[in-house]
Amino acid sequence: MTTSPVISAKDLSLTFHTDDGPIHALQDITLDIEKGDFVSFIGPSGCGKTTFLRVMADLEQPTGGEITVNGVSPEEARKARAYGYVFQAAGLYPWRTIGGNIRLPLEIMGFDRAAQDERVKRVLELVELDGFEKKYPWQLSGGMQQRASIARALAFDADILLMDEPFGALDEIVRDHLNEQLLKLWKRTEKTIAFVTHSIPEAVYLSTRIVVMSPRPGRISEVIESPLPKERPLDIRDTPEFLDVAHRVREGLRAGHAYDE
Amino acid sequence: MRNVLPVLTVVAVIFVAWYIGAVALNATWAQDNAARAGVELSFTELVADTLSQDKPKLPAPHQVAVEIWETTVEKNITSRRSLVYHSWITMSATLLGFVLGTGLGIALAVGIVYNRTMDMSVMPWVIASQTIPILAIAPMIIVVLNAIGITGLFPKAVISMYLSFFPVVVGMVKGLRSPDRMQLDQMKTWHANGIQEFWKLRFPSSMPYLFTSLKVGMAASLVGAIVGELPTGAVAGLGARLLAGSYYGQTVQIWSALIMAAVLAACLVGIIGLAQRLVLKRMGMA
Ligand SMILES: Nc1ncnc2c1ncn2[C@@H]1O[C@H](COP(=O)(O)OP(=O)(O)O)[C@@H](O)[C@H]1O
Ligand SMILES: [Mg+2]
Repeated sequence: MTTSPVISAKDLSLTFHTDDGPIHALQDITLDIEKGDFVSFIGPSGCGKTTFLRVMADLEQPTGGEITVNGVSPEEARKARAYGYVFQAAGLYPWRTIGGNIRLPLEIMGFDRAAQDERVKRVLELVELDGFEKKYPWQLSGGMQQRASIARALAFDADILLMDEPFGALDEIVRDHLNEQLLKLWKRTEKTIAFVTHSIPEAVYLSTRIVVMSPRPGRISEVIESPLPKERPLDIRDTPEFLDVAHRVREGLRAGHAYDE
Repeated sequence: MRNVLPVLTVVAVIFVAWYIGAVALNATWAQDNAARAGVELSFTELVADTLSQDKPKLPAPHQVAVEIWETTVEKNITSRRSLVYHSWITMSATLLGFVLGTGLGIALAVGIVYNRTMDMSVMPWVIASQTIPILAIAPMIIVVLNAIGITGLFPKAVISMYLSFFPVVVGMVKGLRSPDRMQLDQMKTWHANGIQEFWKLRFPSSMPYLFTSLKVGMAASLVGAIVGELPTGAVAGLGARLLAGSYYGQTVQIWSALIMAAVLAACLVGIIGLAQRLVLKRMGMA
């Protein structure tokens, strides 16, 4: 049996109707994401990256085309808790401890207390925050808060992780560290990850595939398969292979944009 | 320490203004009296007289202080002449009305936030309810409730409720809507139901708004209780003291009751402020 794609979009379109007229946020998007893929979406601001991710998450309704997540509609997938979604802001509740924040989706989903405890402990280890369970969000740095929010998205064992510029607000040093951690985590958990970014090095470093998008209307202008091995120390970024992929992404971005100037 | 000096300055200014006011307002009476008795008052005699009249137009601060001292510390608190007793009567109606008003306010706010029809229809009525002068509506509430056999504490509490639910509705609608789109989307990704969304996100998020509303609501509730004591010719309560005082021209008694009401309001609002500080600090929201 061949495995079917985890996320499959065909001729997907989404037009927002605003007072200033229609905005074609997505147009004719066709893309398959396979199990275990790490797919990055890159493109200039406003090209529909967030919108695409939100469509996968059933937070936005497409106006044309089809999309399936785990073989079913995004709504069914959402209700089956098929994915964890990481927003740009950590969005931790200040009145809950780190442990309490991670427990939040577990409480909502009806896990019993023992299962909650076990999972909180496990995902905290996964994001290397063991020992911080009883701390409050304000006691943690921005990078640690974002790790906690990733832990929260992992806690209920969804196979898919949707991440919308999760490290966008962090400085470069912290970002490097978190990228490295995220790769490790991805290898250990074998999740399928869709990751929005506007950093070329980040996209190249993390991804098995890089989807380059262009704005007005939001389209996919190129999909680049990464030849990089799964094992990626940070200094892989100085290798010719890495620089070559980065170059291709940059070219793709420029091509998608060309008519803009 | 830094903010004590300005406060003391303001208090001093108020006292000075108060004394000057007392002398000015009571001088006519003092001079009329003197004229009738055929004596001439020196300035010091005039001032001394204006500050020690029995029924002054404006009693001097020390007269009020003495009256308050005599009717609180020196009276048995179960006595009808004890201001503590009257304060207690008013406070119990205030608190009951406050609890009812807060409950009603929160219930309406939840309805408005979760129900589209209520969102469209309730708010205009809530606002309209507050545009009717409370002095017009209070006697009607008292009379209607009396007619069905409800007397005493409850009718007053209803008037308190009528005034105190308003700030709570307004504040809580805002508070329950304070979670941003990301937080609500997050709840959706977890497939949370409405009740979970309410208790885990909306209600905790509304706490800063709730406490602010509660402070306003408590003050309004006290006004309601006092107003509720006026039209019934109530025999007990700060409102009753105000009314009795004005019947008999007992201005010192009126002012004592007013000061007592202000102190009571300050205490009740202060307690909420304290709870606010503790809760919000505990919740990491202060
Ligand atoms: N809810 C919305 N209503 C109207 N327009 C929207 C909405 N969300 C996004 N858009 C528009 O759709 C386009 C794509 O937005 P977005 O997906 O957020 O881009 P990106 O994440 O790539 O920066 C933008 O032009 C944006 O203004
Ligand atoms: Mg975006």
